[in-house]
Amino acid sequence: MAAKKILVVDDDPYILMSLEFLMQKNGYEVIVARNGREALDLVNEEKPELVILDIMMPDVDGFAICKVIKEDPVLKNIIIVFLSAKTRESDQKKGIELGAALYVFKPFSTRTLIKEINQLLE
Amino acid sequence: MNSWIIAGTALGYLILLSIIAWLAEASRKKGKSRINNSTVYALSMAVYCTAWTYYGSVGRAATNGLDFLTIYLGPTIMCALFWPVLRKIIRICRTQRINSIADLISTRYGKNFSLAVIVTIFCVLGVIPYIALQLKAISTSFDLLAGNNSATNSIWKDSNFYGTLLLTAFILYFGTRSVDASEKHEGLVAAIAFESVIKLIAFLAAGIFITYGMFDGFTDIFKLASQNDQLNKLYVLDESSSNTSWFSMLVLSLFAIIFLPRQFQVNVVENLNEKHLNKAAWLFPLYLFIINLFVLPIALGGSILYPNNSGNADLFVLGLPLSQGQYALSLFIFIGGFSAATGMIIVETIALTTMISNNLAMPLLLSGRYLQNRSDGSLRIIVLWVRRCSIILVIGLALLYDKAVAQQYSLVSIGLVSFAAVAQLAPAVLGGIYWKGASKNGALAGLTAGFLCWMLTLLFPSLAGAGLLNTDFIETGFFGQSWLKPTALLGLQSLDPVSHSLFWSLLLNTGLFVLVSIRSRKGIQEIYQGEVFVDVFKKENTIKERAVWKDNASLPALRSLLQNFTGPEKAGNLLEKYAQQHQISLESPKADPRLVTFTEKILAGIIGSASAHILVSRVAHAEELSMEEVINMLRESQEIRELNRQLIEMDELKDEFLYTVTHELRTPLTSIRALTELVHDNQDMPPEQKLQFLSAVIRESERLSFLITQVLNLERYESGKHVLQYSSIHLNELISKVMEAVLPLSREKNLTIKPTYSSPEIIVDCDPHLIHQVLYNLLTNAIKFSPKNGLISLSAKKEDQLISVTITDEGKGIPPESIDLIFDKFYQAPNQTLTKPEGSGLGLAISRKIIELHNGKIHASNGTKGGARFIFTLPIVANFNSNGS
Repeated sequence: MAAKKILVVDDDPYILMSLEFLMQKNGYEVIVARNGREALDLVNEEKPELVILDIMMPDVDGFAICKVIKEDPVLKNIIIVFLSAKTRESDQKKGIELGAALYVFKPFSTRTLIKEINQLLE
Repeated sequence: MNSWIIAGTALGYLILLSIIAWLAEASRKKGKSRINNSTVYALSMAVYCTAWTYYGSVGRAATNGLDFLTIYLGPTIMCALFWPVLRKIIRICRTQRINSIADLISTRYGKNFSLAVIVTIFCVLGVIPYIALQLKAISTSFDLLAGNNSATNSIWKDSNFYGTLLLTAFILYFGTRSVDASEKHEGLVAAIAFESVIKLIAFLAAGIFITYGMFDGFTDIFKLASQNDQLNKLYVLDESSSNTSWFSMLVLSLFAIIFLPRQFQVNVVENLNEKHLNKAAWLFPLYLFIINLFVLPIALGGSILYPNNSGNADLFVLGLPLSQGQYALSLFIFIGGFSAATGMIIVETIALTTMISNNLAMPLLLSGRYLQNRSDGSLRIIVLWVRRCSIILVIGLALLYDKAVAQQYSLVSIGLVSFAAVAQLAPAVLGGIYWKGASKNGALAGLTAGFLCWMLTLLFPSLAGAGLLNTDFIETGFFGQSWLKPTALLGLQSLDPVSHSLFWSLLLNTGLFVLVSIRSRKGIQEIYQGEVFVDVFKKENTIKERAVWKDNASLPALRSLLQNFTGPEKAGNLLEKYAQQHQISLESPKADPRLVTFTEKILAGIIGSASAHILVSRVAHAEELSMEEVINMLRESQEIRELNRQLIEMDELKDEFLYTVTHELRTPLTSIRALTELVHDNQDMPPEQKLQFLSAVIRESERLSFLITQVLNLERYESGKHVLQYSSIHLNELISKVMEAVLPLSREKNLTIKPTYSSPEIIVDCDPHLIHQVLYNLLTNAIKFSPKNGLISLSAKKEDQLISVTITDEGKGIPPESIDLIFDKFYQAPNQTLTKPEGSGLGLAISRKIIELHNGKIHASNGTKGGARFIFTLPIVANFNSNGS
């Protein structure tokens, strides 16, 4: 069985670096995007099963990307996990309302995150 | 008709008035006011309609055409302004216990004594003719009714004299019942309102009889009149009719409805509730409209029956029914006119009396030590007697003017002289309640000039016309100077006398008032009162609760001062009630400052604010607060509110900033935590990857501490805790140093940084460490946004008093919508498709703050070739004053 595909979107290179390592280590296929545009292109091209999504990015923000995915009949089943330094309750609420499965605050624990992602993809 | 019947009826009418007044007073004493409603208020306002209206309007209409209407249009316009203007005056007078227009002006300009005196003298001078006019109306109408040929010259045979005596008795009784002039005269107001009803009904009765009894209604009169050439001419507004006279009469009456002493009395002093203004604002104009309905028919009818001015048009109202043998009706019409005249005399006399006693007589009497130190309440009796004498004085003067001058003039022309006098009060009052910059000296200069001008151009010519002065000056000008001709000052000839006088007097008055106010220094009391008057609605509570006195006044002294005027019992009651309301102890020997202010206000009601102020400051040995303390106190309440708002705003900003800062701190912290966890949990990680992860951790830690330093720096600059370490430096050298510092970064992208200097030596005062930081921030910014192999140009120029440094890159420039925002904390221009730029997001915010601390300016724009351009300037010589360093 082919490895499940995860798209990681973040504008910070070190966060991308750590997430890429973490997911690969746990047997997932990882693709990365460093801004919103790239992310949207990759979602369409690669149809990942799960997207780890930052919110504050220089071009398109994560909320908007989530909305596009959830409104697209083909893409709407992709699981969205927000990973953001926006730690207000209102942001978290908004993320969940937009259809995300999870909203994780930065800084995060790699140990907890991977457990939760494994559960989501079972 | 028999004189005794007429006199008896008039006497009976006065007795009826007394009963009404007495009943109203009686029910007030029982605590049940009968006049506390807006209809009575509007009717009492109709004291505006005097014998001038009752008899004079018809006279004016018969000789001058439609311009009689202007006198009613002005007040109607003012009614629309009742809520903003009159309500403000009412509120001011209530909070300050002001009871006359002289007191209003004097209080506004620092409780100034001379202003009170000037205004009082002028109101008396200006209004006496007007009272005389009423007396004249009573006597001529009486003579007409009684069939006397003309008034006799001997005062003792004059029925009018005895009528006046009776009237004086009435005023004496009802006008001086209370020592506190700011207390309401409810009985009088009730009588006045009743008189307004009577005069309206009587005038309508005359109108209806003349229109329908003597003619066949309006159509008939107008048809007959239109066949009469002479009348026709009067009612056509053509080039010959004077527009300026219309305009000036409109202006005069507009001011008169507020500033005439009697109007001030009923509109302001006797007002029981501000809300009554709402109804008065339409009911009063309606009254004016109704009472004018029949003016034209009567004037036309009279002119048709007595063509070519063969009858006295001022008496048509009474004369026409009388000529038809309608004696009962005529008697009723006479009573109507008597109502109009007496109403005016009563209120005007009381208003003038308050001014004379409070502003002239009491200050004079109290200036002697003897009276001041009486503490048995006998001063109260003195105040009352001063008022009584003033009443007699006012009426006596009016009677004298009536005998000497008034017989020569028409009713309206006498009235206009008075209107022009009170119009002079407008700049000082209106300026005083809307403009904090108005000053005592301005008001003094304006009023004096206005009044002098009024005397020269209007009063003297009218006295001369009556044969009291040599008439030469009218033809040749004062002192034989033709440019001082009283009806054509400086050769201005095209205006009628009233417009001419109004033009010059108001021009001088307003001009001097404004100019002198702007140029003069203001005293503490003026500034205080300016704040209190202009912001009366905002600061009412401050004014009521706060005192302008320090707390070293002695309470027993204060109490005995109050007793002098109110008697011991009332003084005790007043103080106790006030102390209870404000939880002030009456036990301590020192009086609470609020008590001092309270006492001053009570006294102001009795003897006027100027004298009250002098007495309180003298007897209580109290010290006034300093200017600064007063202003601070006044602004305090307002400022606290403002401060609160700002604090809330700042709190929100602080929250937002804190949130953004923590957000920025989270990012490097996230990498550090994730990367170290991974290294820790994956011991089998290849060494080169471990090294990569750990060096990332080091860089992110550095970024984190850099960010923290930046945040703290910015906070230090913004809070003003940072003291600039000024020294004179060579800018060129500083720039070279910074360029060296950024060299490793610019090499990475193979950039060229090209400096140009306007001169080899540019010396500037600054904190070199901080300016280094600014240059470093701007250059690293430029490097960050430059394309590879690009050019960054840096130019330093020495200008007149400042140096300017410009840094331009060849990047994509700043999006226009972001130009104003890039100096904000943590702002990043949107749509940067590049990867997130390194940096704290605070560099530009810090740079701006540093430049501002140096009193310089910084701004961003886009260069001609599209790159971003940052320019900052610094003063060459440090300006130490404005930043305190």
